[in-house]
Amino acid sequence: MITKVRPHPSQNEPLLFERSSPGKLAYQLPELDVPPVDAAQTLGAENVRAAIEGFPEVSEVEVIRHFTRLSTWNYAIDHGMYPLGSCTMKYNPRVNEVVARLEGLAWAHPYQPPALAQGSMEVMARLETALAEITGMDAVTLQPAAGAHGELTGILLIRALLEKRGNPRKKILIPDSAHGTNPASAVIAGYAVEHVPSNPAGGLDVAALERIVDADVAALMVTNPNTLGVFEQEIIRVAEILHGKGALLYMDGANMNALMGIARPGDFGVDALHLNLHKTFSTPHGGGGPGAGPVAVKKALEPYLPAPRLKRSGKKWAWDYKRKRSIGRVRAYYGNFGVLVRALAYILAHGGPGLRNVTVDAVLNANYLRRKLEPYFDLPYTAPNMHEVVFSDSRQAQKDVHSGDIAKRLIDYGFHPYTVSFPLIVHGAMMIEPTETEGKRELDQFIEAMTSIAQEVDSDPQTVLSAPHGTRISRVDEVTAARKPILRWKP
Amino acid sequence: MRYLPKSDSERRQMVDACGVTSAEDLFSHLPEAVRLKRPLELPPGISEYEIVQYFRERASENANGYSTFLGAGVYSHFRPVLVDTVVERGEFLTSYTPYQAEISQGTLTAIFEFQTMICQLTGMDVANASMYDGSTALAEAAMMAVRITGKGRLLVARSVHPEYREVLSTYARNQGMPVEEFGYLDDAGALDAEDLERKMDGLTGAVIVQSPNFFGIVDRVQEAAEIAHRGGALLIVVFTEAVSLGILEPPAGADIVAGELQSFAIAPSYGGPFAGIIATREKFMRQMPGRLVGQTVDTRGSRAYCLTLATREQHIRREKATSNICTNQALIALMATVFMTVYGKRGLRELAEQNLAKSHYLANRVKPRFCGKFFNEFVARAPGKEPEPINKALLKKKIIGGLPLGRFYPELADSMLLCATEMSRRPDMDAVGEVFA
Repeated sequence: MITKVRPHPSQNEPLLFERSSPGKLAYQLPELDVPPVDAAQTLGAENVRAAIEGFPEVSEVEVIRHFTRLSTWNYAIDHGMYPLGSCTMKYNPRVNEVVARLEGLAWAHPYQPPALAQGSMEVMARLETALAEITGMDAVTLQPAAGAHGELTGILLIRALLEKRGNPRKKILIPDSAHGTNPASAVIAGYAVEHVPSNPAGGLDVAALERIVDADVAALMVTNPNTLGVFEQEIIRVAEILHGKGALLYMDGANMNALMGIARPGDFGVDALHLNLHKTFSTPHGGGGPGAGPVAVKKALEPYLPAPRLKRSGKKWAWDYKRKRSIGRVRAYYGNFGVLVRALAYILAHGGPGLRNVTVDAVLNANYLRRKLEPYFDLPYTAPNMHEVVFSDSRQAQKDVHSGDIAKRLIDYGFHPYTVSFPLIVHGAMMIEPTETEGKRELDQFIEAMTSIAQEVDSDPQTVLSAPHGTRISRVDEVTAARKPILRWKP
Repeated sequence: MRYLPKSDSERRQMVDACGVTSAEDLFSHLPEAVRLKRPLELPPGISEYEIVQYFRERASENANGYSTFLGAGVYSHFRPVLVDTVVERGEFLTSYTPYQAEISQGTLTAIFEFQTMICQLTGMDVANASMYDGSTALAEAAMMAVRITGKGRLLVARSVHPEYREVLSTYARNQGMPVEEFGYLDDAGALDAEDLERKMDGLTGAVIVQSPNFFGIVDRVQEAAEIAHRGGALLIVVFTEAVSLGILEPPAGADIVAGELQSFAIAPSYGGPFAGIIATREKFMRQMPGRLVGQTVDTRGSRAYCLTLATREQHIRREKATSNICTNQALIALMATVFMTVYGKRGLRELAEQNLAKSHYLANRVKPRFCGKFFNEFVARAPGKEPEPINKALLKKKIIGGLPLGRFYPELADSMLLCATEMSRRPDMDAVGEVFA
């Protein structure tokens, strides 16, 4: 490896293990204030390990340089627009980071006496109340760690209620436009999955649904607005069909950014839904987590919520572990509390009227992009869209340029790609969700980039096909990575 | 509003471009019956100053200025300053899952380093990019073992963290995975190998043990491995105190290691977010849940990293995926990565030695109930004194005592679990000794 050929931001940086050299230190522990003990004697010589082979040995300066250099190889919301459809990559307010690190909150141990954890419990209670109001539901659990975890929790709740009614039933219906987590979660809850085809407009086929729903169906998992960004116009009828056959309606709340203050799932027949606090409620995605996936339910499902539950006992909060009908725990302790703090800070910042403005701006942004890009890209489903819009690459595919290529070319224009190849019902999908935290200038630049690429596809497709050109590394060989996996460094 | 970057005139121009008279018209297609016809019943938005004030007040209602001897899966270790310095960088904090490798090499490289260090630490061949936490990592490891062996029965030690076992039951209940427990030795606090042997049968897919176990005891992993393997089951070893791996022999007999990294510079934060891991043998790699980063090259031949083996995952395999996990704990895993780098080869050992010295100093003042060897926590009881009054007396000295065990182990209702780390101070430990005396 060449050690230095370029300015710092694009310079090569070895792995920590390649940087290491024996004896370097980045730490100092305080002097021990108790007598030292002999490890072999205390633990038994057979239990004491040799030095950890290959573990890093670097200095403090090298630690900061190493990770700072790595960071410069990332794109981030702080750099610019991140139009990943379904992912709701919005600005992450920095005050949220500050409050989550306040010592009394960050250093609260989950087993410290409730009398000394009232602040944490109040934060959770207030968030539960706010989320119930936003979704129009009766009760909320904050335990699930992410969206898929919330889905699993929600389906387990439905199963528990149906068991109590005498029959857990056999299958979960899932539209073919759904997120992959939906079927994967249903299976862990012990259900078979049956896919429901979309109608020609990309929505739920209500007539087909009416035929399919029978006494074996436990629930339908619906995303609303769906992954095309289209509101399910007949959602109330859908709920009636399910309820008429003793089944329930589960909603994937990933797209809640399109509904806040406008419409509430609880008011249109949904029995349970999860929210992604790392989408709608601005908590940072952090390169892939942590998230939080609270589940909101109607009254009938409340007895089954994971234990423990917050309860008011006099003037204090307490944890109620005696929940006989609870599905049990879905994780240790009470949830991703640090993420919950950030989400509540976001809700407090916007307030009720503000959250509605968030949704209005998110929908305005998506519609603005649709209007401006429609002349250049094929729009396979023309129903009015809400917070996101899905184009297809069919025009560009005639030149053998596909959604994935256009996405890579966007990188050269300074943008993160949109969501590629999803939803599955759109061939060559280009799924764009700008969120409300993009201004007109940023949107106009994105439009300019997209239209410019559309022109390049006609005039110089090779430039698009071999993109990105301006990045530190070019397209990576994912096939070899999977065929001969190297998943760790070795000397 | 400060998080909304449009001026009124820009908004106007955009509304005009959309061919509507107001942004509200963009919702006119929604059926009347679904529309909310009143404002949300939430107070109006507040300023940054007020937000900070609100949370300061909540923080002040929690414990402040107390020293603590709580462990039980969540440990008070010092968080090196560099950890937050790194994770607060917007490039890490505000980036998405690294699907677009060309502009995500920072996150991908860090995860590759993370996977490597977890392998070095656990002695396993491969590790994933993180799970939600230790408890769900255990449940996922159990499902993985059942897939590998084709046998659904799970035998779990009672000395595994009780809340982890509860999570396991929740996951296992509907998947034809009966969970049975085996006991611990009344004197040593280690797993009861005879009981395990008795309960083993040909239908058992996995034996699950924890070391150090919930009582802090360095458990008999090798013995459990032999029994499990003899019966055709896999051995899953759980850890909740990652610092112990700085000094303890990694679980060589394990087929899958599932653990919690909270000890690696992750604030207790009232129980989360933490980061779990799953590590295993190479031959089980394709049965692992969660994301994996692999090394490859770009078109110019430069070393590069990307997400790999995605055909295990839900976005490709849907209902046939190895797990439903999507979002994991990347930023928290990055905290652990920085922590492991800061302490490094020598530091993690020295840190573990300090923990060992502190806990044994405390144990000399408070007689441990079990005779098994322990790392930084142990079960204690004071003859003639219940845990609650002991803790009450300690609270008066601004000390949060141990975890009373009655809620999880009725037979240990007279005992508590005490933990000492490098942050435990000698005068506080002396004070605990006095209250116990």
